[in-house]
Amino acid sequence: MKKLSVKKLCVKELSLQKLIQCCGLLLALLASVCAQAQPNTAPPAMDATLQQLTKASLRETGALVEHLERVGGKTMRPLFETMLAGDLHYHKETGQLMAVRKNVDGDRLGRDVFSGADFGVQQRRDIKKIRVNNRLRSQLRSALGRMDLFHGSEAEKRAAVEAILDDLSTENMRLLESAADAGVGAAVTDLIDLAEAMVRLRDSSITDERLAAIEVMSERLEAPVRNQLQRLVDNENEQDMVVKAAAAKALDKISGRIEFYGQLEQLFFGLSLGSVLLLAAIGLAITFGVMGVINMAHGEMIMLGAYTTYVIQQLMPEAIGYSLLIAVPAAFLVSGSVGVLIERGVIRHLQGRPLETLLATFGISLILQQAVRSIFSPLNMQVVTPEWMSGSLSINPVFSVTFNRLYILLFAIAVFVTLVMILKKSSLGLNVRAVSQNRDMAKAMGVRTEMVDAMTFGLGSGIAGVAGVALSQLTNVGPNLGQSYIIDSFMVVVFGGVGNLLGTLVGGFSLGVANKFLEPSTGAVLANIIVLVCLILFIQKRPKGLFPQRGRAAQ
Amino acid sequence: MIRVNPALNTVVKNVWSTVGSVLSNLRQPGKGSSMLVGVLLVTTLAMSAANLLLPVDSPLYVSTYTITLMGKYLCFAMLAMAVDIIWGYCGILSLGHGAFFALGGYGMGMYLMRQIGDRGVYGNPDLPDFMVFLNWQELPWYWSGMDQFWFAVLMALAVPGLLAFVFGWLAFRSRVTGVYLSIMTQALTYALMLAFFRNEMGFGGNNGLTDFKDILGFDLQSDATRVGLLLVTTLLLVIAILTSRAIVQSRLGRVIVAVRDAEARSRFLGYRTEHYKVWLFVYSALIAAVAGMLYVPQVGIINPGEFSPLNSIEVVVWVAVGGRGTLYGAIVGALLVNYAKTRFTAIMPDGWLFALGALFVIVTVYLPQGLAGLLQRFSGDKPEQAAGRELDSDASNGVSGREANA
Amino acid sequence: MNSLNEFTGQARELMRRDTTWPFLVPRRRSPDVSKNVILYLEGLSVSFDGFKALNDLNLYVNDGELRCLIGANGAGKTTLMDVITGKTQCDSGSAWFGQNIDLLAHDEAEIAQLGIGRKFQKPTVFEAHTVFHNLELSLQGSKGVWSALTAKLSGAERDRIDEVLNIIGLEKARFQMAGALSHGQKQWLEIGMLLAAEPRLLLVDEPVAGMTAEETERTAELLTSLAGKHTVIVVEHDMEFVRSIARTVTVLHQGSVLAEGTMDQVQNNRDVIEVYLGEEA
Repeated sequence: MKKLSVKKLCVKELSLQKLIQCCGLLLALLASVCAQAQPNTAPPAMDATLQQLTKASLRETGALVEHLERVGGKTMRPLFETMLAGDLHYHKETGQLMAVRKNVDGDRLGRDVFSGADFGVQQRRDIKKIRVNNRLRSQLRSALGRMDLFHGSEAEKRAAVEAILDDLSTENMRLLESAADAGVGAAVTDLIDLAEAMVRLRDSSITDERLAAIEVMSERLEAPVRNQLQRLVDNENEQDMVVKAAAAKALDKISGRIEFYGQLEQLFFGLSLGSVLLLAAIGLAITFGVMGVINMAHGEMIMLGAYTTYVIQQLMPEAIGYSLLIAVPAAFLVSGSVGVLIERGVIRHLQGRPLETLLATFGISLILQQAVRSIFSPLNMQVVTPEWMSGSLSINPVFSVTFNRLYILLFAIAVFVTLVMILKKSSLGLNVRAVSQNRDMAKAMGVRTEMVDAMTFGLGSGIAGVAGVALSQLTNVGPNLGQSYIIDSFMVVVFGGVGNLLGTLVGGFSLGVANKFLEPSTGAVLANIIVLVCLILFIQKRPKGLFPQRGRAAQ
Repeated sequence: MIRVNPALNTVVKNVWSTVGSVLSNLRQPGKGSSMLVGVLLVTTLAMSAANLLLPVDSPLYVSTYTITLMGKYLCFAMLAMAVDIIWGYCGILSLGHGAFFALGGYGMGMYLMRQIGDRGVYGNPDLPDFMVFLNWQELPWYWSGMDQFWFAVLMALAVPGLLAFVFGWLAFRSRVTGVYLSIMTQALTYALMLAFFRNEMGFGGNNGLTDFKDILGFDLQSDATRVGLLLVTTLLLVIAILTSRAIVQSRLGRVIVAVRDAEARSRFLGYRTEHYKVWLFVYSALIAAVAGMLYVPQVGIINPGEFSPLNSIEVVVWVAVGGRGTLYGAIVGALLVNYAKTRFTAIMPDGWLFALGALFVIVTVYLPQGLAGLLQRFSGDKPEQAAGRELDSDASNGVSGREANA
Repeated sequence: MNSLNEFTGQARELMRRDTTWPFLVPRRRSPDVSKNVILYLEGLSVSFDGFKALNDLNLYVNDGELRCLIGANGAGKTTLMDVITGKTQCDSGSAWFGQNIDLLAHDEAEIAQLGIGRKFQKPTVFEAHTVFHNLELSLQGSKGVWSALTAKLSGAERDRIDEVLNIIGLEKARFQMAGALSHGQKQWLEIGMLLAAEPRLLLVDEPVAGMTAEETERTAELLTSLAGKHTVIVVEHDMEFVRSIARTVTVLHQGSVLAEGTMDQVQNNRDVIEVYLGEEA
């Protein structure tokens, strides 16, 4: 980030002439690194043309836009986008062009179209909008498409071709051809091929050619492909029955694949929910598995983690991108130390009385909730999602995964693996396992069981805090955040089998997936209820969970 | 540095020992609950008389608000006793008794809803307001018959009873115990809460059932009805206490305590412990349902919030405060905590959850026997001695000496 | 008309007040010991996570016998008791109580009602009940919920409790809480609870652990006196104690029977010396 701003500075100091030359190159570079970096100055050579915009009639505007596109090329992008959005205004007195947008309070805020420099609040009577009509809009759109197609990044080129799929005019096809000649990546070439196939299917009268086109199209999932095929199948006037049948078949194939990806998406949502459940449950699995203690305040540990994220973001508002990275260890420390306090202060005194521990920790959870309500507010807090977590990874036109869910899924697995490693390899892990298997014997062997208890509890709570950081990216952060997870996470632990981390993993994911697959047919609440009831029944059948601890010790 | 007058000291000591012995008498199951029954009857009768007979400006006048409040407390006391029976005597910590309470309440609520008739906002003679609002055309099948009082009461008992039976049968047969069971009961009430929040369930969704007009033809707003409800509540509470006492003092009660302390041992003696647990669970659920039924006409509303796990777990703390495994302890605990809650929320609403949370911690850590145990400590009564005094009485329930672990 | 008469006759028969309906008569099946063997255990195998606690174990116990089971830790003694009392399911094999009762088909409570009593390794009594009530709960009789609710202690039952109290020497402690008893007294009380139930077969797991020499002696006396009327299987580590009571000793090793015979025979058995007594020597 720092490096980037230095670059920005350099850009400002370069001579104007050079700037225009370097602009395209540098900007392409910048744009690919960081979406925020936009061209920041208006090319002065065009100032005159730009000024004409303020006086031009609609027809003249069209010509001006054409001229601007030819001369300015890619640098005109923000201008065109502003125009297209209908935000382009000019100041009546100075003639200054600006993008004007209302903020939440209804004030009109003016910004420089190119640099984004703030012009402050504008009075309504001082500014005038530059009008655009539909013809102009489509001109702007195709101008933007052309820019992307010839100068844009690979992704922008793809998006441009995809947009053209909706409007396969001869003009557009010519554009595609010239773009293909200019050299594009494999994915874009495929798309251009597809566009050509669609045109052939539409315009050709030779059956074989059309069948070949359908063949190409049947491999694709883009919406225009489906629409065209559907139109063809529905078309009463279509004479060629062979083509019609092939189209119907291709449509079937496509919808089959779409359904498959739909299931895949469902699965991903399920896994995502599962990862949340896993994160929430895994700490509980440790404390419950090792100490036999149900920590009803576990949900509040999650909540504390989420609030830690919030506080960290408040402390460093300019570095939101890094806030999560700092929040993870911070939340671990905050929740972990609260956990150790609870263990030392309360649970220690209730050794061997699990039901009382349950009640006492419930009391603590009430206190923590109310504390958060008093310190912050009973309302939900805004936790910002950093740039790198927002957006989505689109695998194909019908299946994309959002980055936040994907990262959280990976994060949950990473946390799980780390935890397993800690328990398997470290000396703390050895002690923890010893205490969980035979407390008295461990004590006799010189293990400081009290210490181990405190550490275990701290570890479990800390992980809950880390879960809170992840959750803050998915749900509202409020005092009740944790409460809703305690029953679910306990169910995960019980379902997987107490004292078995692998069981928790499997339990979390299978509950998540089951929930999400039930949801479309039953609705979220009912799915939740059904899963709960099934779990209750399952526990009747196998009280020790999926992966029971066997052996004489478990009897 | 307070200098205590020796004479005063002796007096204080005497007072304490008198109080202590009275209280330790209280602790003995028979006497304690008899005394409690007496106090309850006298208090409520006096309150009722003060409400109905005294003029409003009399200093001894008891407002109808107080009457209703008392009635509400007594319902909670009955619920607490239901939890005590199952937790104190059988060691089953139910975090879902609120579900039975609320189901009983909904049964009564449905009856009261049907009694509104065409006096609702929409004036539909058959459909309750919320159904009209949701554009329902006819009454769902499970609402039919609920306009009959006897049928509504029957259902309000049968449904929670059946639920308790099925749940208990499944859980106890597969020997789910301890915290597992507690969390499962909590999941049960949580699932019910989610379900009752749904409009499609036909129980008024979020808002629940409210705007009741009258019960058995008596206007719910009138003082006399309020007093009557309080008296009925007291009477049923007394009956529940006496029945429960009879149960825990019978051999059945002893088997139940045996199951609590050494389930395997009882099984190897030939007791089908799961049967004992199931029936006790059902009995306890029925008492909770009765409490719920009495609660609804007095507070005038029942909504899914009653199913919330927090409510159920709060009941447990009432029992813990009073002292579990004593019956009267649960009742005293419920009355005290609820009175404190009323007071507290009036003075500083934010503080109540702090206080409640602290109460949970303090009671479990420092007062595992609750107030009953504290009283016992004051009177210097050791469990063994208490037991020794019960010479040759088959009626002793033998709870006093048990250890803190449940 | 005739059929009506028949029907009323039957109905009258059904309503006779001096009889009990057959399904109301508590069924207490007694084991058929006509072959003089009360316990048949054949080919029993139990494994926990690959560890074979019992491995093709065969054991026959005669009616009225006093049998001692010895064996090193992990030899399968406690698991064997668990299988007999229905606590542990076995993987294969059969267990019959007499010739007619398949133990594997019953659960703990049923097996207890069939007349098999068990004393645990660690004394378990109802600590919140008095000694008297502990014995009352152990008495033979219906163990159903309803009968427990309506139960009244009969004179005969009271006498039986007194008798047991006398045997176990806890008359003075009859109204003490069982939780307040000493460890040895708890052991005695648990044995007393077994006696009160009048079982056919007693399984006694380490009865003299934590007892003084004197108490041990009395336990030995008691167990010997029980044999004959009851069948007793004792698991014990204390060789002195075993020698003092045992007529037949069975040695378990790694889940199966290693040797069987009198104490002397067993002690001279080469295998036994090697795996068990050898270690002690």
